[in-house]
Amino acid sequence: MRSFAYDRPATIDRAVALLAGEGALALAGGMTLLPTMKLRLSAPEALVDLSSIADLKGIASDGKTLTIGAMTRHADVARSAEVAKAIPGLARLAGRIGDPQVRNRGTLGGSLANNDPAADYPAAVLALGATLVTSRREIAADEFFRGMFETALEPGELLTAVRFPVPYAAAYAKFPHPASRFALVGVFVAQFKAGVRVAVTGAASSVFRCHPLEARLSENFAPEAVAGFTVDPKGLNSDIHAEPAFRAHLIGVMARRAVAAALQPAV
Amino acid sequence: MSQIIGIGASPLRKEDLRFVSGRGHYVADIKRPGMTAGVFLRSPHAHARIKAIDSTAAQAMPGVLAVFTGADLKAANVGGLPCGWGITGKDGKPMKEPPHPPLAQEKVRHVGDAVAFVVAESAEQARAAAEAIVVDFEVLPAVSGVLEALRPGAPMLFDDVPGNLCCDWELGDAVATKQAFAKAAHVAHVSLVNNRLVGNPMEPRAAVAEYEPTTGQYTLWTTSQFPHVVRLLMGSAVLSIPQHKLRVVAPDVGGGFGVKQFHYAEEAVVTWAAAKVGRPVKWVCERSEGFISDAHGRDHVTEAELALDETGKFLGIRVKTLANMGGYLSTFGPNIPTNLYAPLLSGVYTIPAIYCEVKVVFTNTVPVDAYRGAGRPEATFVVERLVDVAAMEMGIDKVEIRRRNMIPKEAYPYQTPVIVQYDSGDPAGCLAGAIDSADVAGFAARKQASLAKGKLRGMGFSTYIEACGLAPSRIAGRLGARGGLYESATVRVHPTGHVTVLIGTHNHGQGHETTFAQIVSEKLGVPFANVDIVFGDTDKVQFGMGTYGSRSLAVGGSALARASDKVITKGKKIAAHLLEADEQDVDFSAGVFAIAGTDRKKTFEEVALAAYVPHDYPLEILEPGLEEQAYYDPVNFTYPGGAHIAEVEIDPETGVVSLEKYTAVDDVGTVINPMIVEGQLHGGIAQGIGQALFENCVYDDESGQLLSGSFMDYCMPRADSVPSMKISTHSTICTHTPLGSKGCGEVGTIGSPAAVTNAVVDALAHLGITHIDMPASPNRIWRLIQNAMPGQAAE
Repeated sequence: MRSFAYDRPATIDRAVALLAGEGALALAGGMTLLPTMKLRLSAPEALVDLSSIADLKGIASDGKTLTIGAMTRHADVARSAEVAKAIPGLARLAGRIGDPQVRNRGTLGGSLANNDPAADYPAAVLALGATLVTSRREIAADEFFRGMFETALEPGELLTAVRFPVPYAAAYAKFPHPASRFALVGVFVAQFKAGVRVAVTGAASSVFRCHPLEARLSENFAPEAVAGFTVDPKGLNSDIHAEPAFRAHLIGVMARRAVAAALQPAV
Repeated sequence: MSQIIGIGASPLRKEDLRFVSGRGHYVADIKRPGMTAGVFLRSPHAHARIKAIDSTAAQAMPGVLAVFTGADLKAANVGGLPCGWGITGKDGKPMKEPPHPPLAQEKVRHVGDAVAFVVAESAEQARAAAEAIVVDFEVLPAVSGVLEALRPGAPMLFDDVPGNLCCDWELGDAVATKQAFAKAAHVAHVSLVNNRLVGNPMEPRAAVAEYEPTTGQYTLWTTSQFPHVVRLLMGSAVLSIPQHKLRVVAPDVGGGFGVKQFHYAEEAVVTWAAAKVGRPVKWVCERSEGFISDAHGRDHVTEAELALDETGKFLGIRVKTLANMGGYLSTFGPNIPTNLYAPLLSGVYTIPAIYCEVKVVFTNTVPVDAYRGAGRPEATFVVERLVDVAAMEMGIDKVEIRRRNMIPKEAYPYQTPVIVQYDSGDPAGCLAGAIDSADVAGFAARKQASLAKGKLRGMGFSTYIEACGLAPSRIAGRLGARGGLYESATVRVHPTGHVTVLIGTHNHGQGHETTFAQIVSEKLGVPFANVDIVFGDTDKVQFGMGTYGSRSLAVGGSALARASDKVITKGKKIAAHLLEADEQDVDFSAGVFAIAGTDRKKTFEEVALAAYVPHDYPLEILEPGLEEQAYYDPVNFTYPGGAHIAEVEIDPETGVVSLEKYTAVDDVGTVINPMIVEGQLHGGIAQGIGQALFENCVYDDESGQLLSGSFMDYCMPRADSVPSMKISTHSTICTHTPLGSKGCGEVGTIGSPAAVTNAVVDALAHLGITHIDMPASPNRIWRLIQNAMPGQAAE
């Protein structure tokens, strides 16, 4: 790790001001940034640690919308009564990210701003059609994820909160990568009045919506509606653990399992 | 603890208090006055010519003391790393043995090949400087697989090694085997890949060295399984340091698994650099660096055939293996896929004819050497897969075909057609025990229950044997070993009767400090708490070949038993004098020297005191002191073995394997500490499960880049990957070791890959699937099912 300047501001305004500095990077939970710094793959000149900004943390629900602060940790989402009541599938997703250490450090905003192609949260945010609130504006989930590790966030723009519309039903099914246990394929399904949204993570260069699945499930939100379904493997990731055709197959299997989970009565 | 705790007891491990309380002392914990930090610059290319190295900028960076390259070592006449084993080809010619410079000269031959070494005040400064070294590489075409490396026109690693062929080796009777196949009623065939593995001990490698110019004394602390051998190889072959001027210490070491039983380039470079800069130098390997510099294991491509008569009796076995050596010969490299492999191809069976050919091949990959089991898991996998395939094809029950061919208990000692003579064993007894313990009778019902959930259940058997307790030096010498393979132990009895053992093996997780203390407690009748075991320091311990090949108890423990016997013999002489009796009339038992039929006796402590305070002592015939030493060279290998049964449940929709049950009944000879044996089995089996289901070291064919270079891609087994195991022993006593022990360090790793793979294949057998390569990953299983049932959803 190379040396760097370090600040821990207490307000969003101060953080934004610091992030305007040359070579400054925001530090959320550090679950990706710190390892890459240790490997000398990343060498920011300054880190702006967001962990002391109270306005970035917290969970609130009004029955229609669930709002989660960007610096809310996975463990807090996983055990939040509000999340469990509003979108239980989101709480379960958070409870299965990484391992306990990661869940006690990693944050919602950090995961989304990083947009790892195999991260879990992007699938939930995209499938739920959430709104991403930043220090400058609001961004619809459909506009936010731009590609591998790329988002609509501009330099110096800070993600502050995410607003999730509360669906009728929603759930996430993940096939973990054997080694890393990130999502080899993760599918989040969310049923709204207007129809069903399905987002897939882990399978391609970035999270994406699966329109054929959405069409089938909007017609019939039931596991059997997607039995035997598979997507076109073209463009899906290929690596030593999964060929594109296997990922394509798993999208169908995980979609079916996610629908089944979404239809389970809340425990 | 103030009592005798002897053979067969399971006291808690003496060493664990310091490990679980964070008081272990590892190489990375060592701090020396004025210590500097060293970092290696490693090749990013699999194969490249080094046209120039410019370290001017690096030398000028803050804190940098020196930058060394291969040219510096060459100019200083530093030698290449020696190979400890020279094998001979079919043509009677020795293997090709190209030089292995500690820092690359002229060419790099694998990603991770060390190019330069930076010494600085801190590791961070050294790292920054290493990045500033400019190496002008001319990138050359690379080859990482054995099949590709042997193809005409393949890139050549060494100008004088045509076709990248290190050695074309054979064992067995080709003619007799051909005849056996000619009269076969059935021939079973398997093409398989034994997957390359990375050992990944919990503690990465590390080295600290210092040099004292006034005496010419060097000290190297290193993460080694065999410090005396490092002293011998590095001192005599690489750095020309006289043995008495070189101390090598291997303190607490956090796991070895073979990875730490080689003499590595880093040890020599760090030691040499310490003298050059005139200050101690520390190097600690990073995990990602370990992936590209620790020797790897396995990596075979094999064609194997088993000839059977119409009743399923084995007539012959024929094996052709291509073994990957990587870019250089590591310390034991060429020995592993040859001498530690082919002699095990008889398994636990009577097979009249065996012939094995092994082509040992250089590739642009990290050198391959021993990893827990080393050659023997590969042999077991070949034999046990062939047996299952034959059973499936001939419609014979998998247990029955094994029973029909097993060496009967009464046929031991059994001479195989491939060098080794098994001294003892009872494979049918192990199998019967395992069948009972695994509830094989209930399998059909469990399979039905799985089917009802849409899951496929399979059961796999592996009845195996290994040769360990390395090794009889005479036999090893004939097979190409360049060193002896005995072990030594000193039993130092203090005037108080407390005992210090100095032994040449190395404890890096195996529990030697406990097991060996139990042997002494039993032998000398001294309290377990009164015995300490010292190892891992060439200035303390007389000599030793170290720990590998399940040899510590079978060879080191034998030396310890012999040295203890010598103490008793001398003690009897002393006691006879003190008791004014004839030596022949003195009995020794449970720490007491006594005259049979009388109440005259002397305790062990009294005799020890007399030896050191020889006022009343037979000085005319006996020296004072009570310290004895034994060097033990075994007359034969030891042959642990056993029967393992794995039971898996497969989700056909995702290809995920759940290992539901694992049962092992092993014959390890006399068990000193049952708890430690069980622990060794647990660890070994977990590593075998890792090979069978998860671990795979993969290189990119084109670029030679390591694709599985971190735990993000290299899949280690985790706690939730391994079931609660049923482990028991069914021991026959080794006929030639003093304690009757055979060794248990590797058995788990040797028996398990075949058991798990056979279970996976059994679960898929109804689809006509007869083989799957390891690891049986979800994608592989799903693909096999797809190929078996084109156009259909898997059932």
